[in-house]
Amino acid sequence: MRPSLFQNKDELTPATVNTEAMDAPFRSPRVLQGADCARMPPVPTLPRWIARTLQPLPLAPLQLPLALALRSVVARHPYIFERLDVHAYKRFGLQPTDLPFGLVLAPHPKMPSLIAVRSLPAGLPIRIAGPLLGLIGLIDGSYDGDALFFSRDLVVEGDVEAVLALRNAIDDAGVDLVADTAALFGPLAPSGERLLGGALLQLKGAALATKREEAR
Amino acid sequence: MMELICPAGTPAALRTAVDAGADAVYCGFADATNARNFPGLNFNRREMSEGIAYAHRSRAKVLVAINTFPAAGAQELWYSAVDDAVAAGADALIIADVGLIDHAARTHPRQRLHLSVQAAASNPDAIGFYVRRFGIKRVVLPRVLTVSEIAAITRAIECETEVFIFGGLCVMAEGRCSLSSHVTGQSPNMNGVCSPASHVVYREEAGTLVSRLGDFTINRFAKGEPAAYPTLCKGRFKTSLGSGYLFEDPVSLDAAAILPSLRAAGVAALKIEGRQRSRAYIEGVVRGFREQLDALEAGEKPPADRLAALTEGQNSTLGAYRKNWR
Repeated sequence: MRPSLFQNKDELTPATVNTEAMDAPFRSPRVLQGADCARMPPVPTLPRWIARTLQPLPLAPLQLPLALALRSVVARHPYIFERLDVHAYKRFGLQPTDLPFGLVLAPHPKMPSLIAVRSLPAGLPIRIAGPLLGLIGLIDGSYDGDALFFSRDLVVEGDVEAVLALRNAIDDAGVDLVADTAALFGPLAPSGERLLGGALLQLKGAALATKREEAR
Repeated sequence: MMELICPAGTPAALRTAVDAGADAVYCGFADATNARNFPGLNFNRREMSEGIAYAHRSRAKVLVAINTFPAAGAQELWYSAVDDAVAAGADALIIADVGLIDHAARTHPRQRLHLSVQAAASNPDAIGFYVRRFGIKRVVLPRVLTVSEIAAITRAIECETEVFIFGGLCVMAEGRCSLSSHVTGQSPNMNGVCSPASHVVYREEAGTLVSRLGDFTINRFAKGEPAAYPTLCKGRFKTSLGSGYLFEDPVSLDAAAILPSLRAAGVAALKIEGRQRSRAYIEGVVRGFREQLDALEAGEKPPADRLAALTEGQNSTLGAYRKNWR
């Protein structure tokens, strides 16, 4: 048996063990013999000039496209919010850390809404923050939420139950942001998909170029 | 050839696992009958039937986990889970509770039954009891055994053995651990949740991530330090004898390097943990291990292990498989 680090098993109670985690990070002696692995590279962030360019612009022109995009996603995935159960009546704050505005999602089954805000309102029960491409990757299934949390690319605060429910609902729905949004264009959807897909690729390219530059 | 057993928390994850090369997928109903009873996760009855049909079209199996312990007086929920899984065409039921195994064996004598890791059967005597008494066909072994111990057990018993090869690493007596209950009143054994999300709080304090479970601070992660789940067994604590990870480090199991040893030990099936994880995780891990196993069977050099990014704490370990701390 592995020797216990406690002198007496009865000491494992909240009353006798100081369960305050360490103030300063440190590396403990490994209980299990593990090998350090290569860490996941951070999710690329958008170049700063994009945030600087968008900063002075009004948010009003964003609201209609956001509403239409959400409507299109829900129309193509009508059961997406079923997994949310009681959490469907909560408001989720989404903060792309490389953009000068946030989003508030209310996945109400009858009146879902997605609006842009200059900063997330205080008192929101849930706040999810990370680079825009990470948040998009969570939606389209290219990133694993837990892995982004482990790598500290994703910050979650507030109602963790609701966050998990939202993550699982979106992951099961198989949302394709580009295709779903392009569906808004009706018969021109294929062209819209090319356009939006191209724009997303441009963003990814710019973010990767920034990352390479920062690495130099 | 060893079977690759893969997790699925949603129908989409099940399809992903099947498409990525799973021999079998394990999943559960969206209630307290399975040990991953998380918000937004798991299958309703229709989804289970459709998922099983999808898997069978690709000649993959579906194993339904009904692996919590029924609460006294509320057995009907567990009985109906057994009945509905059988009706949906499950290839096997994964059960932990001896009373529920007895019920399943008597009610559905032709149904294949597996003994869940939650039953904590880790020696030939215990496993032999389930085999002789209930006709258990496979046991999922706890993650506390060395490869040589697994080989010895496999030789001594009359059913197949299944072992974990990747994902969350529990070094407790599974099915008996009360740490989560101690702090939250809920446990994986009775409620299907270890460190339930309803009791978890994350807070950013000037770049430091503080994770709390109920009234307890579980960990503090400095800026840039990989984070981990807020499970009590993976917390950092101060005691009079020192500070640190008292039970286990926040690492994931990754047994890719010892697949040949597990095959030589006679293991029948290899299990990937992570029903709570996303399609991206399922796709990456299942495809990675499919390639490893195919290379092993073909006698080829295994491809490089590329799964580090998906591990808890961004660290992996061989855990007890190479136990050298005693």
